[in-house]
Amino acid sequence: MEPAEIASKIKELYPADVVDVRDFRGQCALVVKKDDILEILMRLHDDPEFNFDFLKDLCGVDYLSKRTPRFEVIYQLYSIQHKHMIRIAVQVPEKSPSLESCACIWNTANWHERECYDMYGIVFENHPDLRRVLMPEDWEGYPLRKDYPVEGPEEEWRGFKEVLQKHEEYKKYEWNR
Amino acid sequence: MEPLKDLKTRELVLNMGPQHPSTHGVLRLKLELDGETIRKCTPYVGYLHRGTEKLAEGMTYIQCMPLTDRLDYISSMTNNVGYCLAVERLFGIEAPLRAKYIRTIVSEMSRLSSHLLWLATHALDIGAMTVFLYAFREREVIMDLFEMLCGARLTVTYPRIGGVKNDFTQEFIDKLYDFLLDFPSKIEQYETLINVNRIWLQRTVGIGVISAADAINWGLSGATLRGSGVNYDIRKHFPYDAYDLVEFAVPIGKNGDVYDRYLCRVEEMRQSVLILKQCVEKLPTGPILAPDAPKFTLPPKDRVLNEMESLIHQFTLITKGPMTAPKGEIYVATEAPKGELGFFIVSDGTGRPYRMRVRSPSFIHVSVLPALCEGGLIADAIANIGSIDVVLGECDR
Repeated sequence: MEPAEIASKIKELYPADVVDVRDFRGQCALVVKKDDILEILMRLHDDPEFNFDFLKDLCGVDYLSKRTPRFEVIYQLYSIQHKHMIRIAVQVPEKSPSLESCACIWNTANWHERECYDMYGIVFENHPDLRRVLMPEDWEGYPLRKDYPVEGPEEEWRGFKEVLQKHEEYKKYEWNR
Repeated sequence: MEPLKDLKTRELVLNMGPQHPSTHGVLRLKLELDGETIRKCTPYVGYLHRGTEKLAEGMTYIQCMPLTDRLDYISSMTNNVGYCLAVERLFGIEAPLRAKYIRTIVSEMSRLSSHLLWLATHALDIGAMTVFLYAFREREVIMDLFEMLCGARLTVTYPRIGGVKNDFTQEFIDKLYDFLLDFPSKIEQYETLINVNRIWLQRTVGIGVISAADAINWGLSGATLRGSGVNYDIRKHFPYDAYDLVEFAVPIGKNGDVYDRYLCRVEEMRQSVLILKQCVEKLPTGPILAPDAPKFTLPPKDRVLNEMESLIHQFTLITKGPMTAPKGEIYVATEAPKGELGFFIVSDGTGRPYRMRVRSPSFIHVSVLPALCEGGLIADAIANIGSIDVVLGECDR
């Protein structure tokens, strides 16, 4: 199926959830509300007509002061059997940045959601193990948010301070001192 | 002496990596062991996280190119090509036919280089030293050819948005062709050494088995997925550059174990040689940069050195970037040696990507390690890490 055809079918099935359909260079993105996202994704996975068995990617986008709601979580879905694809963009508000986890549908979503949480602070409810994945566990802030400075925060990460402190302590064991 | 019934066992936690040689630099596995058996495996990544995606948001589309070199630094050509294709699709421009052929050639050379390094280190991890030395011998030829082509061996930055940096010379083509004639016999050498080697078979057959359905569900791609019997290759599903103009087969495994993943990659090397031969023989004449995008592609170097307009053009293009990127979002994937490498770019209409997401195969392949390792032995973990072919630069970005 062509992406536009898939988009119109999903729009028919979930008219209350689909907010917009973005079409660019032959690729379609369905903008949906976060409320029934798990149901929509399950349908896309289980329905033999769609059969989106392959979750290519999941990531966040921060539209700070450009759009409301502020965040979007993007799902790149693909069907190996039908060779068709669709993009789902879920709107996530700034006030309570959370949505349902889809790790119960695709195992690969586990780490993708962890990364999205790590970088944007978006909480995935019912995720089996929601921890930071790329940043240290005691890191403060969410680096890929637009209001996070590129050079990092002014305050030094406290984990680094601890390392320096230990380095000083261990100097007493150096043989030539 | 205490009676045997009073003996107690307890689970042991073993931290493998991030400095262990088989963990490819900076991968750390926390293994909870019951004797030699792995009860739980927890991978920790992020030791090489450099914030590539964040950096890209502050750079122009052209400036982002060297960032992509440093993702999978073993095959930087394919990263560059993947990024260029994504930006070209965003801007709606197309590289000329000769550039497409050249890109296909360098991508496949990069695949050979990556697979050779994988074979060398994977075999070394398992205990085969000779293959390591042999594979590096052939990889050196490819590295020399890259050096002859663009001056760099590893981080090449050779493809350009709308084409490639410079054209092939006849000397390059001759040397490449000589290599292609010679290389299949070298593949036979590797196979003679390990294909029916008793130790190799015991270490790989039936180890780290993953079924086709599970492999798809885990989001695996590349030879790691095809080893499980799934026929999914982006070069066939969504052909890019000159892949639809050449004939090649996609090797598929049966059992989804470490041995099948090895067989798939070795056969892929043979297919790469076929693709390369066809591309070299069919290589058309013509320009190497898109003529319909003069405001996007850099002018040729000789003109920059001799014409004021070209110099100004290059200067403004590098410092400011093209100012008329259309608004929209695009996801373009390519078949990198490790698997599906995807670039998702959100454009807000300026000359810089508003958001650039890299879908890296290594990140996903590391996440599947617990499924492969749990229930197996410690020694099998080493074979499993090698078989999924990860580069942590790409995983951490």
